[in-house]
Amino acid sequence: MIAFIIRRLVQAALVMLAVAFIAFAMFNYVGDPVAIIAGQDLPAEQRIELRKSLGLDDPTPVRFARFVGNAVQGKFGLSYRTAEPVGKMILERLPATLELSIVAMIVALCVGIPMGVFSGLYPRHWLSRSMMTVSLIGISLPTFLIGILLILIFAVLLGWLPSFGRGDVVKLGMWSTGFLTVSGWKAVILPSITLGLFQMTLIMRLVRSEMLEVLRTDYIKFARARGLTNRAVHFGHALKNTLVPVITITGLQLGSIIAFAIITETVFSWPGVGLLFLQSVQAVDIPVMAAYLVAIGMLFVMINLIVDILYFVVDPRLRSSGAKAGAK
Amino acid sequence: MMLPTARVIDFWRKASDSDIYWSFTRSKLVMVSALITAIFIIGAFGAPYLAPHNPFDLASLELSDAFKPPAWEDGGEAKYLLGTDDQGRDLLSTIMYGSRISLVVGFMAVIFAMTVGITLGLVAGYLGGAVDSFIMRVADVQLSFPAILIALLVDGVSRGILGQARHSDFAEAVLVVAIGLSYWVQYARTVRGSVLVEKSKEYVQAARVIGLPGPLIAIRHVLPNVLGPVLVIATINLALAIITEATLSFLGVGLPPTEPSLGTLIRIGNDFLFSGEWWITIFPGIVLAVLVLAVNLLGDWLRDALNPKLR
Repeated sequence: MIAFIIRRLVQAALVMLAVAFIAFAMFNYVGDPVAIIAGQDLPAEQRIELRKSLGLDDPTPVRFARFVGNAVQGKFGLSYRTAEPVGKMILERLPATLELSIVAMIVALCVGIPMGVFSGLYPRHWLSRSMMTVSLIGISLPTFLIGILLILIFAVLLGWLPSFGRGDVVKLGMWSTGFLTVSGWKAVILPSITLGLFQMTLIMRLVRSEMLEVLRTDYIKFARARGLTNRAVHFGHALKNTLVPVITITGLQLGSIIAFAIITETVFSWPGVGLLFLQSVQAVDIPVMAAYLVAIGMLFVMINLIVDILYFVVDPRLRSSGAKAGAK
Repeated sequence: MMLPTARVIDFWRKASDSDIYWSFTRSKLVMVSALITAIFIIGAFGAPYLAPHNPFDLASLELSDAFKPPAWEDGGEAKYLLGTDDQGRDLLSTIMYGSRISLVVGFMAVIFAMTVGITLGLVAGYLGGAVDSFIMRVADVQLSFPAILIALLVDGVSRGILGQARHSDFAEAVLVVAIGLSYWVQYARTVRGSVLVEKSKEYVQAARVIGLPGPLIAIRHVLPNVLGPVLVIATINLALAIITEATLSFLGVGLPPTEPSLGTLIRIGNDFLFSGEWWITIFPGIVLAVLVLAVNLLGDWLRDALNPKLR
């Protein structure tokens, strides 16, 4: 177990180094930092002076080490677009993105699992069939189109919900939350449905196919033979055993939800990191792009690591085979 | 030596006798999707001849015709079946031209991803060793990031290298590269897997025994035998590539409004959603959704039809 975790940690560190190197390369080789900071018409001597003071003439490994050192402390320099410290910009917007992603994930789980259970238990029921058809459409519709449709129906035609922003937020120290106001809750409904819909169909299909598989196994037949109620068999025995892959997928999808938040945040003008990243791509704001890449990379690596370890904890079968592989 | 017509007849006889044709005629859904895809492809590539107006001919545009609703609504004109956009361009024609751009970028991106993926997969599988583990590690790392993120990064970096002004001249090429680079991993993994299986087969050993050089064996003998699954991935990827292009264009980092794809059209229309001009967004949106759905269904069917386990 410990050997496994150490191996995964080393792998995670290597991945992070690779991501950091890409970010570093973007920083250094895309555009000329001197020209961007000082403008085009600086005299040549001052230009050289500036290069030296920025440390751009040092050998690449030294500069990379300095970059990693700064990145660890959250220092990514100043944004080219707004001249604010990049680390601060990202931290300010992180709560918005995290709140949206978590609500989206909860929506996806709370709707996706029951739908998957139902269509797994009664695969021939008309409701299950229509759910499968709807889920196919859900996969085919691009995220931004779903967002636009929801805005058209609930904001423009019905006028029930706001179509942009976070509503009123309350500051709790560093964290700004929309969960404490009514307008905050109203504002999060449409974006979280948009963001969660794809994951919802994914979870539903996963639970459905796992349920179909589990229901065929002997221990389910045995549980029925013992005269247990349907409820106990379906939820106590069948659903419990489908949850391991659901945990994995949920964990892994949390990462892609945060990445897909870029699209949802743009559609709903949600003031999160995704919107910031998109504006930086449009404006070629390299420091923000690099910092976002490192932050997202960190998040992905951590999620992967936690999911791997969780898997290990949840499924006893893996533990024994993992121990054998570790012993080899 | 057969006459050309005889050869064509022969081809059709063989084709209509094949398993794929049989499974094609079995499902109405697949036939409808194929029909829809065909209509879209004809409409898109025949746009210069079929479209009622030329939306890019500035002389024929009239600003007084802007924001006309679809023909069946109040104030609509039969001339503009689906209405007009903010510049008075006929929506039906812009959609036809737009789907052509979407399809072209989608196809090119898939071909680019395929080329990169097949080459790297073939090299990794055939050479093995350090090259193999390096390529596959890179693939693993990339796979843990969503494609849209990679595409956005590639786009941002290319903007930095090319400069904003020149970037819009190369917008289409940049999109192809950005989308292609974000989808190569699947091809590389599939090809590598099948190459590892094929490599140990007798015909490869025989080719080696006659003394053929390695690259020749890899390309002439191994490659044709690993292409089956690649084609299935390519069909499913086409839908993904079209969605990704539309998404990037919608986000404003794809194609410029002067060269609108379906995504750009939806982006343009999104600004007018609140003032009630819903058709500018909704019609390109419907076309995009139906096109992607049809291609997805075709891809699913092809995957099952080519899977010997399901026969």
